[in-house]
Amino acid sequence: MKPAPFDYARPADWPAALALLAEGARPVAGGQSLGPMLNLRLALPERVADLRHLPDYAGVAVQGDVVRIGAGTTHAAIEDGAVPGRLGEILAGVARRIAYRPVRNRGTIGGSFAHADPAADWCAVLPVLPGHAIALGPEGERRIPLAAFVLGVFETALRADELLRAVEVPVLPGAARFGHWKFCRKPGEFSKATACVLALPGAAPVAVLAALDTAPLVIPDASALLADPAAEAARLVAGLGLDDPWRAALARKALRHAAEATR
Amino acid sequence: MTHSASKGVGASLRRKEDARFLHGRGRYVGDIRPAGTLEVAFLRSPVAHARLLGLGKPAGLVFTAADLPEIGPIRANSALPGFRPSDQPALAQGKLRHVGEPIAACVAATRAEAEDLAAACVLDYAALPVIADMLAARAPGAALIHEHWPDNAFLETRRDEDLSDLDGIAAAKVQRRLRTARQCMAPLEGRGVLAEWDPRLEQLVVTTAAQMPHVTKTGLAECLGLDEGQVRVVAPDVGGGFGYKGILLPEELVCAALAMRLGRPVRWIEDRLEQLTANANCREHAYEVTAWADATGKLLGVEVEATVDGGAYSAYPFSACLEAAQIGSIFPGPYTLPRFRFHTVSACTNKPPILPYRGVARTGVCYAMETTLDALARQLGISAAAIRAANLVPPEAMPYRNLVGKVFDSGDYPEALRRAVAAVDVAAVRARQAAGEAVGFGLSVFCEQGAHGTSVYHGWGIPFVPGFEQAQARFTPDGVLELRVGLHSHGQGLETTLAQVAHEILGVDPARVRLVHGDTALTPYSTGTWGSRAMVMAGGAVAEACRQLGERALAIGAALLQAPAEACVLRAGAIHAGEAQVSLDQVARTWFRSPQNLPANVDRGGLEVTAGYRPDPDTGTHSYAAHAVVAKVCTETGLVTLEQYVIVEDGGVLVNPMIVDGQVMGGVAQGIGTALYEEMPFDSEAQPLAGTLADYLLPGATEVPDLRIEHMETPSPWTRFGQKGIGESGAIGPPGAIVNAINDALAPLGAELLDLPATPARVLAALAKAGAA
Repeated sequence: MKPAPFDYARPADWPAALALLAEGARPVAGGQSLGPMLNLRLALPERVADLRHLPDYAGVAVQGDVVRIGAGTTHAAIEDGAVPGRLGEILAGVARRIAYRPVRNRGTIGGSFAHADPAADWCAVLPVLPGHAIALGPEGERRIPLAAFVLGVFETALRADELLRAVEVPVLPGAARFGHWKFCRKPGEFSKATACVLALPGAAPVAVLAALDTAPLVIPDASALLADPAAEAARLVAGLGLDDPWRAALARKALRHAAEATR
Repeated sequence: MTHSASKGVGASLRRKEDARFLHGRGRYVGDIRPAGTLEVAFLRSPVAHARLLGLGKPAGLVFTAADLPEIGPIRANSALPGFRPSDQPALAQGKLRHVGEPIAACVAATRAEAEDLAAACVLDYAALPVIADMLAARAPGAALIHEHWPDNAFLETRRDEDLSDLDGIAAAKVQRRLRTARQCMAPLEGRGVLAEWDPRLEQLVVTTAAQMPHVTKTGLAECLGLDEGQVRVVAPDVGGGFGYKGILLPEELVCAALAMRLGRPVRWIEDRLEQLTANANCREHAYEVTAWADATGKLLGVEVEATVDGGAYSAYPFSACLEAAQIGSIFPGPYTLPRFRFHTVSACTNKPPILPYRGVARTGVCYAMETTLDALARQLGISAAAIRAANLVPPEAMPYRNLVGKVFDSGDYPEALRRAVAAVDVAAVRARQAAGEAVGFGLSVFCEQGAHGTSVYHGWGIPFVPGFEQAQARFTPDGVLELRVGLHSHGQGLETTLAQVAHEILGVDPARVRLVHGDTALTPYSTGTWGSRAMVMAGGAVAEACRQLGERALAIGAALLQAPAEACVLRAGAIHAGEAQVSLDQVARTWFRSPQNLPANVDRGGLEVTAGYRPDPDTGTHSYAAHAVVAKVCTETGLVTLEQYVIVEDGGVLVNPMIVDGQVMGGVAQGIGTALYEEMPFDSEAQPLAGTLADYLLPGATEVPDLRIEHMETPSPWTRFGQKGIGESGAIGPPGAIVNAINDALAPLGAELLDLPATPARVLAALAKAGAA
């Protein structure tokens, strides 16, 4: 379990990082997914570009009514309260349940989101938020709605010449209600079903069902789910045509429980 | 003789070895890398069954079987009639028989470069039909894994007894098909080996993570055509064994041959992918059990058809048949079974060779017997406790010889059951059930034969037979007591417990006792640490060596005190004659540094004794336990939560109760793994499907509930201090007790779980089958 030979580059600024990307380098942030894939020789890049030393890659900034979370911000930093306010509460609660602390100490929100493992926690939770992924390409920054970022298994809306630079989310009101549930039998196991619900005052609640071995299912108006969690969860999951009755049961439970936990 | 309750037998002395372990100063094979070491990566078979046609080698050091003809095959025979031996080549020859089988050794300065070589090899093979399942292996016309065999069975064993009348007289009869999953033993430290050739001594020095260094030495010498004086095996700190490190490894042979060939140290350190996919190697049983009982629950007879997936080869030294053939002798468990019929098959499949894992066959046997008893109890409408009480061997029958000739030394099995049941509020569980909650209560009772010796093992005829266990005790010139034993500690705490034994006999402070073990050059021969034998066998041997050493010291001390030996006693580390005394330190100093003061008739053997020990009879101690579990089942997700776990355990006299508690807890954690988590899934081509510990789930701190342990201490009449082997016990009981609790919870829904592990998916499938989900 040692990686095949590869070159390592540590770009000092964003243009250098984009240049490396253009030359085919594989970006790495915390390395909690790519590291094992390299060791198992499932990933065989010729060059790896380590993004961790880019300016403003990690860190949280509040700009007016928008919170900008650098893509290189670790799960642990979010768990420890790097994001302020109600949004921070919600994200800290999610971060706390990502794998275990050594993984959270190195893994990053942007790395996880851009890797787009269907079981990943941020891929299940970020799409429920009314914000944007900030992609940086040769032409500058581009804003991708969070709900439209993950397109499939290990597939995102990022173009080949773009890096994920940050996640921007509006400051959430204190009255924002959130519910989240995931199924794994022990810390560190990949989730077998994750769901979350966000209800903002004066807007239709949004729900996401993830860890489905496909792109997350975004339910833009989850009013029916909140009104009758069991029945609506059953209806939604029946529509997915899942082959495995156990996974279907977990998906129902996830949606129902996330809805019931929304507070 | 002296006795200090605070440090001798029975004291919960803190472990001496923990100072280095807890500070990260343990020294394992992976920490040892002499200058000039070459690293090995193995090219392993990507397929389960194929004819090996050729290998395209990249430039570099790549060795196949043809390049290393000096390595003979590993052959673990058994003398049991009908056993078919398999030759396990260290590197594949002609055929590939399981995924992960080593094909070529790729050697480079670093492991990464060695893996680059392996990745550049071009393998040519022709696929053969794959036997991925042990029952399919037995089907007529199945493809043959060893083509000169008539079928895919290493061995079949039988006990015929006509049970045909029982249908007419029994009040209850149940039949169950049960399965346990194939597991991967997962010690924190994987396997590892470093081989060097010492040109001065003309000796091969193999440093390896081994439980049984002397047996490994014998196996290396046999397979490499060396005499045993040319082989030294060193086992440094070993981070967990459980059976995984009690085996002669193809990798050890290859590294040894390469070190001799290349004149450089050669090292292989197993990685997690190899551990999981090349070495998924234990526990896989299939049962068809039929049991009859009268209206009180008293067993009238049991019939068992048992198949064990033995994998592709017979592993050295325990062989491919130990696991299955043992089922016949241990299935009756702690019960007074009157009639018994069995047929066992050690099936050969395209999987890694089966190895004995902590508890060996007992975990599967206990699961089959205990779930069958609960099925009978449900049919009869009696409690799980009642059916066990009706069948357990009573204390007044001890020592008890059962119908297959097992002799139980001592104990009160029904009392263990009573205490386990009393420790749980069963009425509260019943009240919750009545309120509709899917919660259940489960029991298992079992006994564990440990330290079984010559009289048991000579009949198996496998490559080793344990005889007299030896220990050496000797003083250094300043009075430190050195103990040398040939078995090894891989977590058992022998540096502490054997020092406690020595303290019990000689009164030397355990801090002044050093244990030398894990090196065949420095220790007497031993079959090693397996079969829950170390504390009985090495404990007995150390006690005897210390007793003899004490006699010699007393004679010298008496002379120094100018008193007749009969007037002297050894107490608290000193020889006493009335008010006068001379310490063992002074005795040692006299022998080594002031021999002019020795008496003329002093024993010329000096202060160094090697003594042998074997219990009489040596049929083994039987520790036993009752496990009681309360489990809650989520009928929506199938998730099982263990709410309560009680263990009532009798290991005879406990040399160190704290260490025993640790052994029980660790074993139970592994048993919880067997019950709920651990499973290496294989596809129809026998490809292992779990390649990381995120896929192969091991229970961790958050999955093991608070364990409540109660001890009984019924001395074994046959051992030096009354101690019994107990090291494997914890891993035996959990699957039976946990699945019984699950089935108790599911019974109102008409569902029953039969296969391990009890994963959420299996629980939901059982509910669906019952129409309840």
